[in-house]
Amino acid sequence: MGHDHDHDHAHRHDPAHEHEHSELDPMELRVRALHTVLTRKGYVDPAALDALVDTYQTRIGPRNGARVVAKAWSDEAFASWLRADATAAIASLGFGGRQGEHMVALFNTPTLHHLVVCTLCSCYPWPVLGLPPTWYKSAPYRARAVRNPRGVLQDFGLHLAESTAIRVADSTAEVRYLVIPMQPPETHGLGELELAQWVTRDSMIGTGLPKAPRT
Amino acid sequence: MMPMGKSGLERPADSSIHALGSYRTSADLGGTTCTQAVVPEPEGELFHAPWEPQALALTLAMGATGQWNIDMSRAARETLPNYASLSYYEIWIHALEVLLLQRDLVTQQELESGQALLPARQLERKLVAADVAGALARGTPVERPATVPPRFAVGQRVRMRMADGSHHTRLPGYCQGHAGHIERVHGMHVFADTHAHGLGEQAQWLYTVVFSAGELWGDAAGPNHSNSVDAWESYLEPL
Repeated sequence: MGHDHDHDHAHRHDPAHEHEHSELDPMELRVRALHTVLTRKGYVDPAALDALVDTYQTRIGPRNGARVVAKAWSDEAFASWLRADATAAIASLGFGGRQGEHMVALFNTPTLHHLVVCTLCSCYPWPVLGLPPTWYKSAPYRARAVRNPRGVLQDFGLHLAESTAIRVADSTAEVRYLVIPMQPPETHGLGELELAQWVTRDSMIGTGLPKAPRT
Repeated sequence: MMPMGKSGLERPADSSIHALGSYRTSADLGGTTCTQAVVPEPEGELFHAPWEPQALALTLAMGATGQWNIDMSRAARETLPNYASLSYYEIWIHALEVLLLQRDLVTQQELESGQALLPARQLERKLVAADVAGALARGTPVERPATVPPRFAVGQRVRMRMADGSHHTRLPGYCQGHAGHIERVHGMHVFADTHAHGLGEQAQWLYTVVFSAGELWGDAAGPNHSNSVDAWESYLEPL
């Protein structure tokens, strides 16, 4: 198994470059060719492709997870349900299905911080967080998060006290993890909609903490 | 320092799968030497090239035809010879082409010309726009009714077995041979190792296994951290 080769390829994204050469981008041509062949053969429905893209651009994203966290912060019974059966509790808010069939909620505490990774590919709880960010799928994150989580958190500007234990959860099967960050003290008394605005995507992966919404 | 598991341990119990020959994955990155920084990204940034949304949609739509399962997809991706030089969605597209070619759904000539040259194969299923929301909401649950009792209980000490490199597996290199304890029992789940090779679901109990960082990383372990993986029963032996 390929454990020890170098991974210096991870961040090849260069938007300026991509725009400049978009007409000639070999991947653009390759995907266009594939699209044509698959639609002409009748294997895929172009309208279904549009619906899939639209779903992940507008309907399924981290705001779903933020609603779950906000409800957990404001409703102790829901938080208990989330601890006992996250799949059912999350489904009660209308979120579930593809890449979130088996959910577990990981509750952060003053002494325990969770960080989620998928070292083998890029498993991620799509119904509550949407599509994974580029860094989550990158070699540096997948390689380093398990061995040096504090170093990875520093890349996100997050410095945890050494007294806070870190648990790195590697999603190696079909169980998907949602981190429930601690509620910031200054948000006590806010309603669920306001609370949700404090919940960042990264705070639900463990690479960030909730923060005040920009006004 | 790369943690190499202890040698000479028993192989996983299922036998049918070990006749497959050799299997090389490039995706098992956990704990590998890498000093590059992780680059954060704003929440709304989903795609970084105009073709990426199409790569996502084509992959999901073809997956919905039922011509392969998710474990076969993962196997196709992680065995791409140029895996390490490809971006995420490039990996998806290259693997999608491999899966299509393997099943004679398209030909190399069609991929190169961008034209449908041969008649289509008749597929049992096709994802149409009206079914997208329903199909995503259903997903593909992999838990199966329990047919045997779990071998391990919460708190029990276990050791991860060694992968034998003959097939797709979800047993990461960094924990092979290492000792930990059971933290959760998830139910019986479709076994990725066999499912990826068309050898059936062969559902097994799935567990969350926790390791101390010192056990996995030795002196290189940072302060105060632990790791967990989700492991099928045949990945584990009692301690």
